Amino acid sequence: MSLASNTASTAAGAESQTFHGSSLELKNLTMAYGDIEVLRNVSLAVPPGTTTCIIGPSGSGKSTLLRGVNRLHEPKSGDVLLAGESALQVKPDLLRARIGMVFQHFNLFPDHTALENVALALWSVKGMPKAEAREHARRRLAEVGLAERADHRPRDLSGGQQQRVAIARALAMEPEVMLFDEATSALDPELVKGVLNLMAGLAKRGMTMVVVTHEMGFARKVADQVVFMDEGEVVESGTPADLFDNPRSERLQRFLSEVL
Amino acid sequence: MDWLNTIIRTFFDFGAMAEVLPQLLGVGLLNTLIISVAATIIGVALGMIVAVMGISPSKWLRVPARIYTDLFRGLPAILTILLIGQGFARLSQSIFGPSPYPLGIIALSLIASAYIGEIFRAGIQSVDKGQGEACRALGMSYARSMALVVVPQGIRRVLPALVNQFIAIVKDSSLVYFLGLLVTERELFRVGQDAAVLSGNLSPLVMAGIFYLVITVPLTHLVNYFDNRFRTGRRRPSAPSSGLNEVKELDAASPLITGSNT
Repeated sequence: MSLASNTASTAAGAESQTFHGSSLELKNLTMAYGDIEVLRNVSLAVPPGTTTCIIGPSGSGKSTLLRGVNRLHEPKSGDVLLAGESALQVKPDLLRARIGMVFQHFNLFPDHTALENVALALWSVKGMPKAEAREHARRRLAEVGLAERADHRPRDLSGGQQQRVAIARALAMEPEVMLFDEATSALDPELVKGVLNLMAGLAKRGMTMVVVTHEMGFARKVADQVVFMDEGEVVESGTPADLFDNPRSERLQRFLSEVL
Repeated sequence: MDWLNTIIRTFFDFGAMAEVLPQLLGVGLLNTLIISVAATIIGVALGMIVAVMGISPSKWLRVPARIYTDLFRGLPAILTILLIGQGFARLSQSIFGPSPYPLGIIALSLIASAYIGEIFRAGIQSVDKGQGEACRALGMSYARSMALVVVPQGIRRVLPALVNQFIAIVKDSSLVYFLGLLVTERELFRVGQDAAVLSGNLSPLVMAGIFYLVITVPLTHLVNYFDNRFRTGRRRPSAPSSGLNEVKELDAASPLITGSNT
């Protein structure tokens, strides 16, 4: 239980909550698809309650790194420490229940309503009674501004709304760490900001987050740490100011000159 | 117009047709439907097991499912029905009594399950991989994510293919007559065939054929109708709207949550 409710319970569902994110650490993480190593010896420390943004070109291993953290893809070697303990020693299902993940293409369940999308794991994984799970889900949806759309199916929601349902779905599990895999890459330009604001709000309230993103503005403003990856390795990491204003490596300089 | 008369007498002798009609309705149609529906139900149940085994991460489940499917899809239906109907006659007698009827249903079920298993497997595998991943990322077990999210989506997509399979089963049910059915157990084909032999006229068989068409043709069109519905999907029609609505929606929702300075 890493979520604590504050006393203030103001408007419907708009509870001010703080998170108690856990620390996350990667130690010499190497991941491979078959014989091809797509991530080599990546080490990274994410202190509790901080946000790390991972930037870099497509194919640099950013998404693979996230999938190694919650073991959607098993690491080949190295270790992942969640709250100081090896994630590789925990049963994958138990580990994943503690780590929220938001995908580029939302991956909502199309034949479930927004409410059911959020409630599903609450009763099926957490064992919450169904009525309680729905109540819980309703509050989560209200938090992301979707109280009125609870009974819509994903196809009747815009991309931004779908992604917010997906965030609510992940948050409902009360995760210790949130992983975002290019969460705004598939959105209408106008809707990107809303989702980024939502993410920034989570960061502010103490969630530990690892965010793979192409939104340099977000990385600069919200991240405590920025990591630049290329060809499966960490090229450079540091504070946003370090990386964006004083890039040391030629590769990052080149990258920034192309994207900024 | 001699030849026309001959054709009418051979195929469309209304007297002979009317004579066989009560039997076709009371015995033939009933048995054809019982055999087909029973074989379909058992075939769907077995087919689902075969499909889930077939896409299992474990080789020990996958390989047997593969062999089973290859076997029953690869053999002619008539051969399977005879092998099972006669091969297990003893066993069947001690369970079901002397009638070969249950064995016929079982043989048809096994054949159907191989095809239905492939239909289900294709349907389940056509579900976006992200669905399973989203489940797993929430902490669901493989079995649970399949049962709650992936398989139901897969099934919905293959409903038209299942109806087609039912049509195939209806037609194959005529092969059960090879096992030698009691008079009251005869399905459409056998009733028509018996009457044709007795009267020396093919009209009763034509009548039986019409019964098959009455079952299968409407179903074929039903499939097409559903297929269209499923493909186009239903979406709530909505008026064109401004993206600003959604921007406002989020801003108004909860400044505490978004942390934005609105």
